[in-house]
Amino acid sequence: MPVNVMIPTPLRPFVGKKSAIEVNAASVGEALRALTTEFADLRKHLYTDEGKIRSFVNVYVNDEDIRYLEKENTPLKDGDTISIVPSIAGGR
Amino acid sequence: METISVHEKFVTEIRAHGAETFPYECCGAVLGSDAENSREVRALHKLVNRRDDSPRNRFSVTSDDVRDADRAAQQSGLEVIGWYHSHPDHPALPSEFDREHAWPWYSYIIVSVMSGKPGVILSWRLTDDRLRFEPEKISPEPSAEPESHAATSNFNTTSSGGSK
Repeated sequence: MPVNVMIPTPLRPFVGKKSAIEVNAASVGEALRALTTEFADLRKHLYTDEGKIRSFVNVYVNDEDIRYLEKENTPLKDGDTISIVPSIAGGR
Repeated sequence: METISVHEKFVTEIRAHGAETFPYECCGAVLGSDAENSREVRALHKLVNRRDDSPRNRFSVTSDDVRDADRAAQQSGLEVIGWYHSHPDHPALPSEFDREHAWPWYSYIIVSVMSGKPGVILSWRLTDDRLRFEPEKISPEPSAEPESHAATSNFNTTSSGGSK
């Protein structure tokens, strides 16, 4: 089913400068895989080398954090909006 | 090398924030405008360091904080163009931990705060391959903070932009 993935500004250079990408997927995991298959250069900024979503990358479905839903198995319905939001971390 | 325009008042504000939270790390969002070959800081949005366990050498802000910063930027017709934080008793160089938790495009401004005195302030951008940070020129060049600048200037001049 078609869903929209909103692309944060820092990642737009990796998706042809678009602010949103429509993908067909039944779950969040499928949607992100579809997105990073179409735009392979995006993958390393969302996933670790082990294929896990990076710890500072947060994913929302219609404003709900998927950590409080079913994580990457969170089901999607037509017209859902997925947002990718970083949490910022660092230090010496 | 990329360049970021930072008015002296923002340099002063970041240094003051770093001194205020010493020996803990400070952090905040950098709001401004970004266009082809032109990036300018227009405002700062202070944030609270959420790392209660190790605030002396780590900082973190939640995704809710990030969304708040985004909203604050949008309300002013700006966007979040980067983030700043302090390195207490440490040079203003990005660490491996910084690199692992960064995205390209953002400007990462770091101020060194030695013995409570803020000094060297540098800006960095992560390369697209995530392998290292490249230095970003701050324009105009920030004024020196006499004592703390002297304490770290050797490190500054010998660094070439690689992460620790």
